[in-house]
Amino acid sequence: MPPDQPPSRPGRRAVLGGVLGALALTGCGSFGSKPKVREWNLFGGGDGARLLQIHQQYVAEHPDVAFQAHTLAWGPPFYTKLAMSAAGGRAPEVATMHMSRLKGFSPTTMLDPIPVDLLENAGVHQSDFLPATWDRCVIDGKLYAVPLDQHPFVLYYNLEICKKAGLLGSDNKIKPVKGVTAFLDMLRAVKETTGKYAVSVDTTSPWRLWWTLYGQLEGEFFSPDGKELVIDDAKALEALDLIAKLASDGLTPRSANYAALVAQFSNGEAGLSFNGEWEVTTYQTAKLPFSMAPFPVVYDVPKFQGDSHTFVLPHQAHRNADDTKATIEYIAWMLKHSVEWAAGGHIPAYQPVVKSQEYLDLKPQAEYRSVAPNVFYDPDAWFSGSGAQLENESAAAFSGIATGQATPKTALAQFKAATQKLLDTPSPV
Amino acid sequence: MQRPDWKERWSGLFFVAPFLVLFALFMLWPIVSGLWNSFFNTSLAGVKHQFLGLQNWQDLFGDPAVWSSLKNTLVFTAMSTPPLVIIALVMALLANRKGLLGWLLRFSYFAPFVLPATVVTLIWVWIYQPGFGLVNGLLTAGGFAEIDWLNTENRAMLAVVITTVWWTVGFNFLLYLAALQGIPAQVYEAAAIDGADGRQQLFRITLPLLSRTTGLIVVLQLVASLKIFDQIYLMTNGGPNYATRPVIQYIYETGFTSYRIGYASAISYLFFAIIVIVALAQFKLFSGRKEAVG
Repeated sequence: MPPDQPPSRPGRRAVLGGVLGALALTGCGSFGSKPKVREWNLFGGGDGARLLQIHQQYVAEHPDVAFQAHTLAWGPPFYTKLAMSAAGGRAPEVATMHMSRLKGFSPTTMLDPIPVDLLENAGVHQSDFLPATWDRCVIDGKLYAVPLDQHPFVLYYNLEICKKAGLLGSDNKIKPVKGVTAFLDMLRAVKETTGKYAVSVDTTSPWRLWWTLYGQLEGEFFSPDGKELVIDDAKALEALDLIAKLASDGLTPRSANYAALVAQFSNGEAGLSFNGEWEVTTYQTAKLPFSMAPFPVVYDVPKFQGDSHTFVLPHQAHRNADDTKATIEYIAWMLKHSVEWAAGGHIPAYQPVVKSQEYLDLKPQAEYRSVAPNVFYDPDAWFSGSGAQLENESAAAFSGIATGQATPKTALAQFKAATQKLLDTPSPV
Repeated sequence: MQRPDWKERWSGLFFVAPFLVLFALFMLWPIVSGLWNSFFNTSLAGVKHQFLGLQNWQDLFGDPAVWSSLKNTLVFTAMSTPPLVIIALVMALLANRKGLLGWLLRFSYFAPFVLPATVVTLIWVWIYQPGFGLVNGLLTAGGFAEIDWLNTENRAMLAVVITTVWWTVGFNFLLYLAALQGIPAQVYEAAAIDGADGRQQLFRITLPLLSRTTGLIVVLQLVASLKIFDQIYLMTNGGPNYATRPVIQYIYETGFTSYRIGYASAISYLFFAIIVIVALAQFKLFSGRKEAVG
């Protein structure tokens, strides 16, 4: 056989035809005439497992909708992919987004406004949300996000340790404390009981703790127009000094990253934990005797660092009316079923669910719901918000405070310089 | 040999065409467009971009984060390359024996290399933990003070280097082992008859005959170490206080976290130039050594 004619090879045309055919298929999609709802989210942890269950129920109840959900890696990878897909106009129908990232995400170019009439037809109204939460979703008079939940910085407490330390009331709940002295007394009592630490907290990235304390001191960050850094040095240092004192007094570890924080509360080395509320499933699975409460009001006003997951419509160059209608109905359905979502720790944003008996019966998830109006969001800037550059800069500057490698003063100077550098960089969005 | 006519020449091109197209599409085009982007304020967010000329390049030279991350990359390379070459050689010499012990050594030396970066970093982050980590457990049991490995500025890089050596030395070990097994036994027999002892055999026969392999390993290792990213990103995220952030992480953060593709491209090009210089220097040394040996 001549070598240049091998047997039974597909012809060039056949290969080309096959490739083009395959491209055409994937290009047009195989959804048929059903409206399609493709959802991107960033829930990879315990809340992600819960989301899957809720989605299964949604799919079972909506056989007429072609629904696809994709979970992408949390933080920068998620927002990178979302930005690229929206910039190209080929985004999914709906995506989750942190409220704190909304304004920095260039909503007018990368997000499509949410048709409020469709939302109302689906039975969701502005009056179903806290005014402050709703207002944050409105930009230039248009609604760009629908809030799903709020996730504040809270206090976890070990029931057995706190009982021994005499911190529980007759209702077996931790007695609320107010003011720095009472706060430190509570922590010392816990430390004496555990013999190790009072509190487990992420010292390598103390942004949440610092922003909570700074907020309680009513500190400002940016000028109202968002162009100048107006951080209040005295208040910022007061909060940082407290963080340094907690570590140097041995009330918190000098060094603990996120994994260590969870481990130290789980194994009883610490009787309290300062963290976001999303670890509730972890500790329930570990059968830990624990409950949760609002973070103490250490300074003047109740403020608690937190954020909110929202649904947004990333920009599509050719938005299909049927798909959009199905998407809005999906969002409304998710809000009405957010009590299952709340079981993972998040406070629902949809007030009819917050008032429902089913939610009030969730323990300990309903114990800190009162903080919802006082959730303190990260400052508004293109480089700020959950997983954005400002939190990285704060981690770099503040991580040395607990270890004693940096004084609060030098750490604050470094953080301010880094923030100023970001402010001076022209916004890429 | 007959000169091939034009048809045969072009048919050769036809056969490599699929590869050429992919190479042009995924290598040449990004390289060119990266350079192009470095002259604009290109944004990942699709915002209209403007021509900046050399502005990005000027900014880069005045940006301390560029220089500190480049320094971290070079420090990591300088700290990791010597142990990765020397330990690999020692391990190969130990494992180059027959029988159960040789098999066991070969297996255990190479095993860590099989693990993915995520698993390796997960294991080592726990090993380094203060309070309950293995290393600090041994230190305190021996009467020493605990070291906060991953959260102390002058310890974190060492911790990453130790992890990297444990993880990747197996590959260099394998190259050395293959080279060792390629040295004919007769050479050693002849040397033994001439009265050379083990030490003389090692320094006069084994090491000189391995010099080509050493050159190869050093080149591969330098390039691999300069490209450090994953284990640092997963173990320290560049911290504490950017003490371990390599230049690739800074490029990643600039381009993908902060959406500034234009500026990130300029930094990539600077790094690209440095790698080319290192590679050229290596090439000089390597080709010089070849003449000396061969």
